[in-house]
Amino acid sequence: MFGRIFHLLVKEFLQMKRDKSARFRLLVPPVIQMLLFGYAATFEVFNVSTAILDLDRSQESRALTDAFVHSSRFRIAVPAASERDVRDAVERSDVQVGIVIPAGFAELLKKGRTSPVQALVDGTNSNTALIALGYVGQIAGSFGQDYARNLAERTGRALGRPMVSVGLEERYWYNPNLNSRWFFVPGVIGTLALITIVNLTAFAIVREREVGTLEQILVTPLRPVEFIIGKTLPFFLIGLLEVSIVAGFGMAWFHVPFRGNPLVLLLGTCLFLLAALAIGLLISTVCTTQQQAFSSNFFVLNPMFILSGFSFPIPSMPQALQWLTYADPLRYYLVIIRATFLKGVGLDALWPQMLALAAIALGLLTVAVLRFRKSLD
Amino acid sequence: MAGAIVEATGLSKRFGAVMAVDGLSFAVQPGEIFGLVGPDGAGKTTTMRMLAGVMRSDDGSITVDGIDVRAHPEQAKRHVSYMPQRFGLYEDLTVEENIRFYADLFEVPRRLWEERAAAMLTASNMTPFRKRLAGQLSGGMKQKLGLTCSLVHTPRVLLLDEPTTGVDPLSRREFWQILYSLRGEGVAMVISTAYLDEAERCDRLALLHDGRMVHCDTPAGLKAKMPGAMIEVAAAEPRRVRDAVQKLPGVAGVLLIGIGAHIHVDDAGRRLPEIAAALSAAGIATTEIGEVAPSIEDLFVALLENERNAA
Repeated sequence: MFGRIFHLLVKEFLQMKRDKSARFRLLVPPVIQMLLFGYAATFEVFNVSTAILDLDRSQESRALTDAFVHSSRFRIAVPAASERDVRDAVERSDVQVGIVIPAGFAELLKKGRTSPVQALVDGTNSNTALIALGYVGQIAGSFGQDYARNLAERTGRALGRPMVSVGLEERYWYNPNLNSRWFFVPGVIGTLALITIVNLTAFAIVREREVGTLEQILVTPLRPVEFIIGKTLPFFLIGLLEVSIVAGFGMAWFHVPFRGNPLVLLLGTCLFLLAALAIGLLISTVCTTQQQAFSSNFFVLNPMFILSGFSFPIPSMPQALQWLTYADPLRYYLVIIRATFLKGVGLDALWPQMLALAAIALGLLTVAVLRFRKSLD
Repeated sequence: MAGAIVEATGLSKRFGAVMAVDGLSFAVQPGEIFGLVGPDGAGKTTTMRMLAGVMRSDDGSITVDGIDVRAHPEQAKRHVSYMPQRFGLYEDLTVEENIRFYADLFEVPRRLWEERAAAMLTASNMTPFRKRLAGQLSGGMKQKLGLTCSLVHTPRVLLLDEPTTGVDPLSRREFWQILYSLRGEGVAMVISTAYLDEAERCDRLALLHDGRMVHCDTPAGLKAKMPGAMIEVAAAEPRRVRDAVQKLPGVAGVLLIGIGAHIHVDDAGRRLPEIAAALSAAGIATTEIGEVAPSIEDLFVALLENERNAA
């Protein structure tokens, strides 16, 4: 048995050695994707294109305009001369935010009264809109506070409200600067490993089926289970290699800290890769051509990605979808990889995820092997 | 049957509502070439795959050298080799690497397979291509390499499913030479073929139709079973010949061939003048007309027609 698996392995590695483009495909795209994700995937909002209309033309309104201009959050994209200009700019998507300082702005401030400022926000991308609006509020709020304090001092507290405020001391654990790269880089490692391994496994087995070599080697004494082991073991090793390379690259390039025990991550990675191999094997049992495998992979991998909590928070999903996420191995692996990278916790905290991954891997592998045997008939 | 190496009894396989193979029984002796012939969908490939142990039969039993294939497929596989229409070669491996891989899976010792592969490559004029990738071989060479791969463990039973379809005539001849020399070594062969000249080379033939065996005999024995006789008409327009004669009394069927038509009649002496008269009445020019010995193709068309009329 081991002899036959070994001979199959020798053949697999011989084919891999011969396929120069495969080596390129395995190493270069993951690193490029890691770079892309590292730079592009961020929750922070900078340089929101903005139009500011100052109808008051006072010293105060100019000071507020400057506060917007000098923050890195907003970029004045369109000069506006009328409210119509602002509306048009938002409609044409030239700007995402339009700020209108109405006439009489300074007048109200000088009397120590609340002075309204209008903000028009393009809500198409609700997330960016919400965050941008938050920045508008922050900048306007701190401008107001400064002005009130100033006014109170100048007028001997005759005008301007006495300031009472609750001081909130914020401490962000594990990622003190709320660097969203730290959050995304470990997630990218897991997602890339999943995509690579499911694709490699499904394509490799479907290719043997398509070319006729699968049937040919099953008339030899090679057993179906031996075929599965010999065929998937190389991809398991490739998966480990890829996780190491992409993780190492993410740490070296983006300085994401690794605080946990590498062995804990290794255990989680092994369980996760087994689940990914089983998914690839399952897909290969329902497809007879590589083209079918391609579209099946897409339909399986995309929902797994969305339900994993990679970027969309699971607690915000509808209840039914939240239940569905429990079947997603990526969900557990993301917890494991983020926790080992950023929190540095060990098995005492991660055992539920490990157990869930082991159960999913075992279940999927059993179904995959049974289905594979049946698909030979 | 005494001394048989392959024995199939009551073999059946159902795909949904269709009986692909229905109660098939036969036995093959060592050193015998046993042909499976029949139209597409007759159950030839399904039978082959069950014999090879890659598909489980729903019913019936198969033994190879006394080993029950259903119960011990892995043991039986050591004695069997299966060569489908398109042998599954690894196109990104060389000729030698392909042979080596199959030899390894059968756990043939290195010295043994190297010796054997060298002899077979020489016999099939493939030695100069040992280091070539299998994907860069011609269709005929691929099949010869497939045969080498499937023989490298010296099987006692060779299953060939339309092995020469799409292979050039020269390679086909070399291919059959190898089969004959295997027969001399006592290898039993089950072969399905779409080429009826190849069917004629088999020791015995089984005619399959809708999964059942209609006839099983030597080619000569089968020909003796054909009722009536065959008249060959050589003519430029075979279709007009068919239209003119197929409604005549005593004509069972007309088969178009390259040079004209074969007309299956009940009595050659009586029908020959009638057919000649009908053709000249229809104004069809013929270059030759006369009785011929039926070919295997005539035989099967006639036997299947009988079968259909009986049904």
